Order: sequence, then C-alpha cells, then structure tokens
Amino acid sequence: MTTASLEAKFQEKVDQEVKIEPRDWMPDAYRKTLVRQISQHAHSEIIGMLPEGNWITRAPSLRRKLGLLAKVQDEAGHGLYLYSACETLGVEREDLFEQLNEGTAKYSSIFNYPTLTWADIGSIGWLVDGAAIMNQVPLCRCSYGPYARAMVRVCKEESFHQRQGFEILLTLSKGTDEQKAMLQESVNRWWWPSLMMFGPNDAESPNSAKSMKWKIKRFTNDDLRQKFVDVCYEQAKLLNVTLPDPDLKWNEERGHFDFGPIDWSEFWDVVKGNGPCNSQRLAARNKAHAEGEWVREAAIAFAEKNKQRNIAKAS
Amino acid sequence: MEQKFQYVQRLADAPLILGQRLCEWCGHGPILEQDIALSNIALDLLGLARNLLQYAAELKGEGISEDDLAFSRPEKEYQNFLLCELENGHWGKTILRQFFFDSFHYFFLNELKNSKDDRLKAIAEKSLKEVTYHLRFSSEWVIRLGDGTEESHAKMQEALNEIWPFTGEFFQVDELDLLMEKQGVAPNLNSIQKSVQQRVAEILTQATLEIPEGTWMQKGGKSGVHTEAMGFLLAEMQFMQRAYPNMQW
Ligand SMILES: [Fe+2]
Ligand SMILES: [Fe+2]
Repeated sequence: MTTASLEAKFQEKVDQEVKIEPRDWMPDAYRKTLVRQISQHAHSEIIGMLPEGNWITRAPSLRRKLGLLAKVQDEAGHGLYLYSACETLGVEREDLFEQLNEGTAKYSSIFNYPTLTWADIGSIGWLVDGAAIMNQVPLCRCSYGPYARAMVRVCKEESFHQRQGFEILLTLSKGTDEQKAMLQESVNRWWWPSLMMFGPNDAESPNSAKSMKWKIKRFTNDDLRQKFVDVCYEQAKLLNVTLPDPDLKWNEERGHFDFGPIDWSEFWDVVKGNGPCNSQRLAARNKAHAEGEWVREAAIAFAEKNKQRNIAKAS
Repeated sequence: MEQKFQYVQRLADAPLILGQRLCEWCGHGPILEQDIALSNIALDLLGLARNLLQYAAELKGEGISEDDLAFSRPEKEYQNFLLCELENGHWGKTILRQFFFDSFHYFFLNELKNSKDDRLKAIAEKSLKEVTYHLRFSSEWVIRLGDGTEESHAKMQEALNEIWPFTGEFFQVDELDLLMEKQGVAPNLNSIQKSVQQRVAEILTQATLEIPEGTWMQKGGKSGVHTEAMGFLLAEMQFMQRAYPNMQW
C-alpha cells in the first residue's frame, strides 16, 4: 500500500471514531504530535508535584495533610500512566526524563508559579486542576487508544482534586478575616496563569487544526478557556471571592462571560524559562535524579546478581 | 484515664513523626514507583496516627481535638522514638530507618491486636495489614541496596552505623509501659524483642551488612528529650498553628 492510501485509511478510521492502537499504522507526524503532547503532559504531572509538595509538611491539619499527600501521590501516578502511554509509541521514560532534566522538554507553565500560602493549595485544586479537567475530559475520547484510556483514569482523580481544592477555599471563605484575605490574595495570583493554561489564542496556535483533524484535540484553546471562565464565575460567587478582572461580565448576546485581555508577554516569558520558579523546578528534578542514580544502579545490579544466582541454582 | 491517654498519645507519636519525615520525600524520590510507594507508607502511618489521636482526644475530653494533639504540643510532650525524627539523609538511610521501625512495629502490632482495649485492638488489626506490607517493602530494599553495587553497599553500611544506636529505644520499658501491660492494654516489650532482633539480623545478613559492635544505645524520645533535629521538624509541622492560632482549616 502507498503512504497516501495508508494515510487515507488511517483518517477514515479516525473519522469513524475507531481507536488507533500502538501496532496500527499511523502517520509519522501523528506519532510525533502524540509523543510531544503526552510527554509534556507527563512532565507536567511530575513537575506539578513540586509546588504542592512544598506544603505537605506544613499542612494545617491531619486531614489536610493526608488529603494533600494523597493528591500529590496521584499526580505521580498520572505521570506513570502517561509515560507508559509514551512507551507504546516507542519512547522510553528514561529518555524523556533526560529531556526534562536538560530543560529541552516543555511542561505546563503554571507549575513555575510559587505556592506561598496554604490558600494556594486550594487555588491550585480549584483553578489548576479545574482547568486541567476542562482540557483533559475531551482527551478521554482522543483517537489514540492508550492515551484515551490513561485519561479516563486521570480525569476521575482530577475531579476529586478539584473538589478537594474548592473545599479548602470554601473553608477559608467561612473563616477569619485573615483567612478570607489569604483566599483573595491567592486567587488574585492564580487566576490569570490558570487562563493561560489553555494555551495561545486559536489564531496563534498553528498545530491546532491538524490535532483537531486527527481527533487528538476536540475543542480549540479559546473554546475551552471560555467554558472555564463561565464555570468559574459561578463558583467564585460561592467562595465570596472577586476574580481579578474588571472586564469580567455577562454578555447576553454571546451567552458567555466576557473577560479582559490576557498578558501573553508574561505567558511567553514563562514558557521561555523566565518564570518565578522555572530554575528551582528544574533544579529540584535534577537533584532528585542525580541523587537517585546510585539507587537505580544498585537495583539493576542486584537484579542481575539475583538472576545469575537463580541460573546457578537451577543448573 | 489520664495514663491511658498518655499511652495512646505516645503510640501515635512514632507514626506521626515518621510519617511527617516521609512526607519530605514526596516528589523527590529516586524512582517514580518508589516515590509512590514511600508516599503510601506515609499515608498509612499518618492515618494510623490520626486514628490513635482521635482515640486519645476522646480519652482526654475537654474539647481537645486530634489536631490539637498533633500540632499544638511543645516539643518535650512528643514521645516518639528518636529514630523516627532522624533526618532523612539519602534514600538508603530513609529505607534503613524505615526497616528498623517496621521490624519493631510489625511485631508490636501483632501483640497489640490482643489488647484488652477494644479500640486499640481494632486499630492494631487494621494497621497490621498495612505494616506487613511496609516491612516487606523496606526489607527488600535494604537487601537490594546492601547487596547492590559497591557504592550502595558502602552507603548502607555507613547509614547502618549511624542509625544503629537509635534502635535500642523500642525496648526500653518505663513505668507507663508496665502499668499498661498490667492492665492488659499494652504488650510486653521484652517478649517481642527477640523476634524483632531475629528479623533484623536475618535481613541485614542477606543484605551483606554488618551489625555494628557497639552496644551503647541512644534514649530520650520516650521521655520527651529529643535530638537537635526535632525542633526543626516541629517548626515546619506546626507552622500554621503558630502563625495562625485557633483557626479552622
Ligand atoms: Fe494530574
Ligand atoms: Fe490533579
């Protein structure tokens, strides 16, 4: 079969919502796009452990400590599922780690912002996990089978994270003046970076069209962002918190909330490495990786010794 | 009642403080799977501490909560084994510390599940299932790292020499232990010592590690006299209570 006819057959399957599986033929560009997207997603889960991990030892109650630890542990699990999905496309976790540690791989810029107060743990759950869900629920129907299946598991846990974060903030909203101020200050810092999580405006997002055609993506960045703003507006009211955007108001005609312009220069700065915590996040990953090397080597050496012993025993 | 409260609170302190230490690893482990496994152990230990502190709070009454007990005590009122508060060090040291605690904890809970106190009995039964897994995990890793590479062996032997003097405290019996034992609430610590030591020796031998010759043992945790590391651990753990007293979170 010619590449053109293989490609036509591939597209036909995608159009009919038949899942593409690892052994199926797929265009190189499709594979590359998936590896890029899934590995970025996996890295985001792993880097995402750092800002929240920052508060586990300081969580204000046993219940909160357990909740946060379990949540950050879930993120590690998400990373695992996603690295496994990458492996089905022929890319090893170790190589992806290397790219991450070198700083050549991308991950979600949101995790380059600092967690300064306990309220930030709530804001991350509410806004960051909330935005992640918006992005990820459509991925449960992604054309690539292993990714879609990984996302089903991930999304279940993300919605739990989102509720947990919202509940942390709800508790603050019913607390002392100091707690209410902590809540507002935190939402002020996380709101705009959360909107940036959906990526550049559609006009600036060159890969989108192809991803939509391949059914990796189902909605555009701007569509998802709008949906997120609409949902958050109502939730912010429950929290008695003001979203830091003077232009945010209902537009009867559109049936959506209008919102102010996003500071894309900040977004691109952080993507390029100039965010508040970019270097700290990478340094933490590199430190863990370097300090863990002797452990990984020992595990391999021991497994090898054991194998030899078993062979000797058997003979 | 006060004595039982003191005893239950003390039982909680070891898993609380060790769990707190393990939390520091989350996101920084050497292998993703082991990061998850260590967090699991931390979740179990903190869950156990919570169950015990809930019980302790009920025994105390006076509107005291589990979190008052966990977060608002002065250092000298924490009665964990010193071993639990030792700094994490490298991953192998953390694993070795865990292995010593698990070895004790497993045999201890195995006896505590025969307690005449129904609540402690139930807590011990539930926890024993988890701790059985902890002990298996830490034993396997002690062997793997002890008998891995030359480098890992040296690191583990060094950690063992450092930790060893902190492994005698499990069996130091004080008046409260004796009283609780007399009431049928607490196990006899001497009776489990042999089993624990056997298990430890067996695993360390498999790991090709040598038990240090010194017999001098550290003590103080059970009477609230801690290591220099404890103040920093508490400063972090109690940060929110100190910075924002009397609030609900
Ligand atoms: Fe996640
Ligand atoms: Fe999450």
